[in-house]
Amino acid sequence: MPTWLELVLRVAAVLVAFLTLPLIVGQTEHKVMAHMQGRLGPMYAGGFHGWAQLVADGIKFVQKEDVTPRDADRPVFRLAPAVALVPYLLALLVIPLGPGDLVGQPLDIGLFFVLAVVGIGVLAVLMSAWASANKYSLLGGLRGAAQLLGYELPLVLAAASVAMAAGTLSLPGIVAAWHPWWLLWQAPAMVIFFVAGLAEIRRPPFDMPVADSELVFGYMTEYTGLRFAFFLLAEYVGIVVIAALTTVLFLGGWHGPFADAQLGWLWTLLKVFAVAFVIIWLRVSYPRLREDQLQRLCWLVLVPLALAQLVLTAAVRLAM
Amino acid sequence: MSERSGVPGEGLVKGLAVTLKTMTRRSTTQQYPDVAPELPPRSRGVIALLEENCTVCMLCARECPDWCIYIDSHKEEVAVPGAARPRQRNVLDKFDIDFSLCMYCGICIEVCPFDALYWTPEFEYAEYDIKDLLHDKDHLGEWMVTVPPPPAHDPHGDPSKEETTAARKAAAPAARPAPTRVRPEPGAEQGGGAPS
Repeated sequence: MPTWLELVLRVAAVLVAFLTLPLIVGQTEHKVMAHMQGRLGPMYAGGFHGWAQLVADGIKFVQKEDVTPRDADRPVFRLAPAVALVPYLLALLVIPLGPGDLVGQPLDIGLFFVLAVVGIGVLAVLMSAWASANKYSLLGGLRGAAQLLGYELPLVLAAASVAMAAGTLSLPGIVAAWHPWWLLWQAPAMVIFFVAGLAEIRRPPFDMPVADSELVFGYMTEYTGLRFAFFLLAEYVGIVVIAALTTVLFLGGWHGPFADAQLGWLWTLLKVFAVAFVIIWLRVSYPRLREDQLQRLCWLVLVPLALAQLVLTAAVRLAM
Repeated sequence: MSERSGVPGEGLVKGLAVTLKTMTRRSTTQQYPDVAPELPPRSRGVIALLEENCTVCMLCARECPDWCIYIDSHKEEVAVPGAARPRQRNVLDKFDIDFSLCMYCGICIEVCPFDALYWTPEFEYAEYDIKDLLHDKDHLGEWMVTVPPPPAHDPHGDPSKEETTAARKAAAPAARPAPTRVRPEPGAEQGGGAPS
């Protein structure tokens, strides 16, 4: 196979994953959230249990008028949704689905790349918040910036712990080095990474920047139509990325009960959806944290714990 | 925050358990336009009129708290063969209930001495024009087919008055009291006696 064809195939596959997985997660969220609240959720769109609800939503968003407020900083305002979306697309590129070559682009510094790219999210939040020329947007954006900067630290520290344990920054390398007993050894790091990841993608209970009951819709208040849909899509791709990263770093990626070499992709996908389910479950169960509780949890609980985990990892590594 | 006892994080787990348990149960959503709701038989949906039972006594219209019942009638003479003079009968011309005013208190139904008004559980009679909520006697009569059968008699309760009377009459047919009051002869009422 010529290199260019392989490249096109890989990018196309990542793009397909980028467009389908968030829709599946979104539809699951509709249904799971509804049933957890004793409802049925969407039932009409598409005929069978509303399977096409998100497709219908997408068509609706495309038809809507794309409004840019008069006082908005137009180029920045229009660019922000893309800045929110593209980092997650790039992150998906390096996350391994299965053993061997089943990864968009095997990168030796994959973990570093993913963390760096996901960190760009804060830029999109600030851009949309400032350019909207709206007080609620600005408040939401500043909350978002404080939150993202704060939670970046435990996220990176927890990821560093597992990278230290595996002795590599390559994501396939980390999965290859993974052993089931790491579930215990790296358990605190896993919890920290997951919680910080939730905050990173601004999912409830860490949705202070959006906080629809107090800030209208935070930094997304002024967005309409397709641009708003991009922000929503970014949120769901974010779920996929965080679930995939948790899977790859802490849950052993393609390691399954049997046939790792052939069914690795299936184990990875199953784990990703399981983690995504937990993300949805947490959203349904917990109320939103207050801003001070949010920062307190980050700086007084997660960061010290992550540092302790780093010490533990280093000690075990040295002892082995 | 310090009042709580037990394991830290217990509340968080409890919250997760509640949502997970709810997810496994059947949801309570009623898919109304697709599936008709199962309403109890005594639901107050709309009021039906059994025109034959109405004697135009006007009790319902008078008791209606917001006066949404409009009744019109005229008297008609009915010649009964064998009777000395024609009987008079009230004929209902108009019986309208304005459901845009009705507050579904049911007093008209309670107060009707001849069981001419009934509750029915039908509720799908919304209209685009508020004037169409004024149901005339034909429209009110159409609801009669939707009136649910009356609930069965309580097996442990007292038997109904009709039943006891009928049983008593059947037991002692001879002991029936003779009519005490004799109808005045025609032409004898110039004395001004009010036929009570």
